[in-house]
Amino acid sequence: MNLQSQTAAQKRSFEVLVINDRCKECGLCIELCPPKVLDRLDNYNNFGYRPTYIKDEAGCIGCKICEYACPEFAIFVRKVDKK
Amino acid sequence: MSDGKLVFTHGNGAIVEGAISAGCRFYAGYPITPSSEIAEEMSNRLPKVGGIYVQGEDELASINMIVGASMAGAKAMTATSGPGFSLMQEGLGLAIATETPVVIVDMMRAGPSTGIASKAWQGDIMQARFGSHSDYEIISIYPWSVQEAFDLTVESFNLAERYMTPVVLLGDAILARMRERLHIKAPDEMNIILRKKPGESSENYLPYKRDQFLVPAIASFGEGFFVLKDSLTHNERGYYYEKPEVQEKYVKGINEKIEKNARDIEKWDAVLTEDAEVVIVAAGTMARVAYSMIMEARKKNRKWGLFRPITIWPFPEDQLKNATKNARYIIVIEMSTGKLVYPVKWSINENARVRLVSWLNYEAPSPEELERLCEKEMNG
Amino acid sequence: MEELVHPLERYLRSEKLPHMWCPGCGIGTVVQAFLRAVDELKIEQDKIVVVSGIGCTGRIPQYVKFDGAHVLHGRAIPVALGVKLARPDLKVVVFGGDGDLASIGGNHLIHAARRNADLTVIMVNNFIYGLTGGQVAPTTPKEVVTYTSPYSPDSKPVDAVKLVSAAGASFVARWSTAYPVLLKESIKKAFNHRGFSFIEVISQCPELFGRINGFKSTYDLYQKIKRIGIIRRGISPYEAKYDWNTEISLGEFVNFDAPSYYDQLKEIIERARGEGK
Repeated sequence: MNLQSQTAAQKRSFEVLVINDRCKECGLCIELCPPKVLDRLDNYNNFGYRPTYIKDEAGCIGCKICEYACPEFAIFVRKVDKK
Repeated sequence: MSDGKLVFTHGNGAIVEGAISAGCRFYAGYPITPSSEIAEEMSNRLPKVGGIYVQGEDELASINMIVGASMAGAKAMTATSGPGFSLMQEGLGLAIATETPVVIVDMMRAGPSTGIASKAWQGDIMQARFGSHSDYEIISIYPWSVQEAFDLTVESFNLAERYMTPVVLLGDAILARMRERLHIKAPDEMNIILRKKPGESSENYLPYKRDQFLVPAIASFGEGFFVLKDSLTHNERGYYYEKPEVQEKYVKGINEKIEKNARDIEKWDAVLTEDAEVVIVAAGTMARVAYSMIMEARKKNRKWGLFRPITIWPFPEDQLKNATKNARYIIVIEMSTGKLVYPVKWSINENARVRLVSWLNYEAPSPEELERLCEKEMNG
Repeated sequence: MEELVHPLERYLRSEKLPHMWCPGCGIGTVVQAFLRAVDELKIEQDKIVVVSGIGCTGRIPQYVKFDGAHVLHGRAIPVALGVKLARPDLKVVVFGGDGDLASIGGNHLIHAARRNADLTVIMVNNFIYGLTGGQVAPTTPKEVVTYTSPYSPDSKPVDAVKLVSAAGASFVARWSTAYPVLLKESIKKAFNHRGFSFIEVISQCPELFGRINGFKSTYDLYQKIKRIGIIRRGISPYEAKYDWNTEISLGEFVNFDAPSYYDQLKEIIERARGEGK
């Protein structure tokens, strides 16, 4: 599986993790995201879809609408451990 | 519970006793003549032994409920007649595909379609074998007496559990309602078989992997195996893959499981066939009359014998060949336009000696009437 | 780089993912809500059996890590009931589409409701027969077309909520994929409900239903579903609307306590044994 993890933006409270090869580019997460921090990558996964990625790491409010809406178990949100 | 006693009952009642003795604790059925007494007796007896009786809303519910119950580990049965048996074919196919043991009783009646509900017929013999679509093998048994109805019901459950397959127990309206003496065997007089359990649960568990007898050890639900039972073509893991090799292996497995074990499964009876010049082939109720007929014939020094397939499917081919090797005539007698005659012809691979007496009267013939018809076939 | 594991991964047959549902299909969302409900209630994973019929929704057991059966079209309910009665300690859930449960399976749906059968039935309603390529279903509104209703459906659709309620169901709810959290909460309630629970989930079929009716994207169809799915509280199922133009009422319409089918069978067994052999 081709994985992607958004790391090391100090301001962010949440990280959005996408399992690239599960994404089928349906666009629901991108459209439904309230602060509009998600977008499509330019490159394709192994099934020919362009997966979602988080374009503004600090902007995620952790609402998990993307996680709950995703039909693919491809995207989920985690609270960042702030030390 | 049965404890070794003698009763006077009908064929339907004997089947109920046999089922309960075999450990059947789940029955889902729909009333249909001439099998309704089985449902009635089960609704009475099962709760008393802690079992469950469900009257399905139709035969489709009934067959699918017993498959579900068996998937969860219960010994389950239903009983019907021709019209209901037709409805159950898809469900039977589900039991075949998922290799789920169930017993389906078909008390044959005059047909086609609604026919005459309370009158015997033997027309479903091919349907028992080929009623559902596509390629499968089945075990089908046809008792000829009340005692056999009991014994063979127990045997049906044993075969179902042993080979992880549905078993069609055939009967007819005469067997269903005729009354004879029945010895309900005590538990220690019988051998009861339970399906093989898989070993330890693991990530590598293959529910449909076959043992040396080609039978898989399929976990029941609720045993911690996360087993998937799929009506789609599946591999040993139980997973559907649209691949030719998966289809081929799957179809072969389902069929060879019965085919390659046929010698162990088949049952028959050969009466005075060693030196017989005329071998009568009959099953079920017609075999009762045929038996009287050949015994009478022997009294007149005529060398007649009777070959009675008890498992109609798999048909005891080699045994028939053996029993008829000296015969000039092989007369198949059945109460239908002719069904049993086909596996007879296939078994011995020729038509010349085989004759058919097709009895289309739903009242069983007398031995004399039958003898006259056999004579006609041989002389005509 | 760490291996990414979805929070619900333990409930998935991961080796089978990505699943066969089209991009944007709502079935995956329904599965997620179901798995969350199981997870939050901490139901033991080996105490659940999922049974499904044929159709896109019917593929659910292939992707979730529970005991499962993928059986015949319309017959998931009797199979599930057989499982439950043989092993009453297990939690049995039926998944089916509108084409499966409300059409060929309609009779079993009615009688399961009548019996208060110990099952949770989740019907994904995408107004179409999806797996076979997009034919009309008994739930298809008259205002849309499908591949076997190019002129429009010939009859009014059936509202499964009303049908099941009239048959005597003791728990009836309808949600949509636009409200996955409310759906999850309703599923949790259904799991703890005695006897029969029925949850209809309005869902999007973007590739067939959406495309043939001019919805240009998943989100387009999703918005329509979100717009007409109006949450109502305290109304009876017969006041619920099922109108493609104005409203498909969502919410919980029926919830009463009554002896389940297994309760009734147990009582019969007790009575039978009490009367002696």
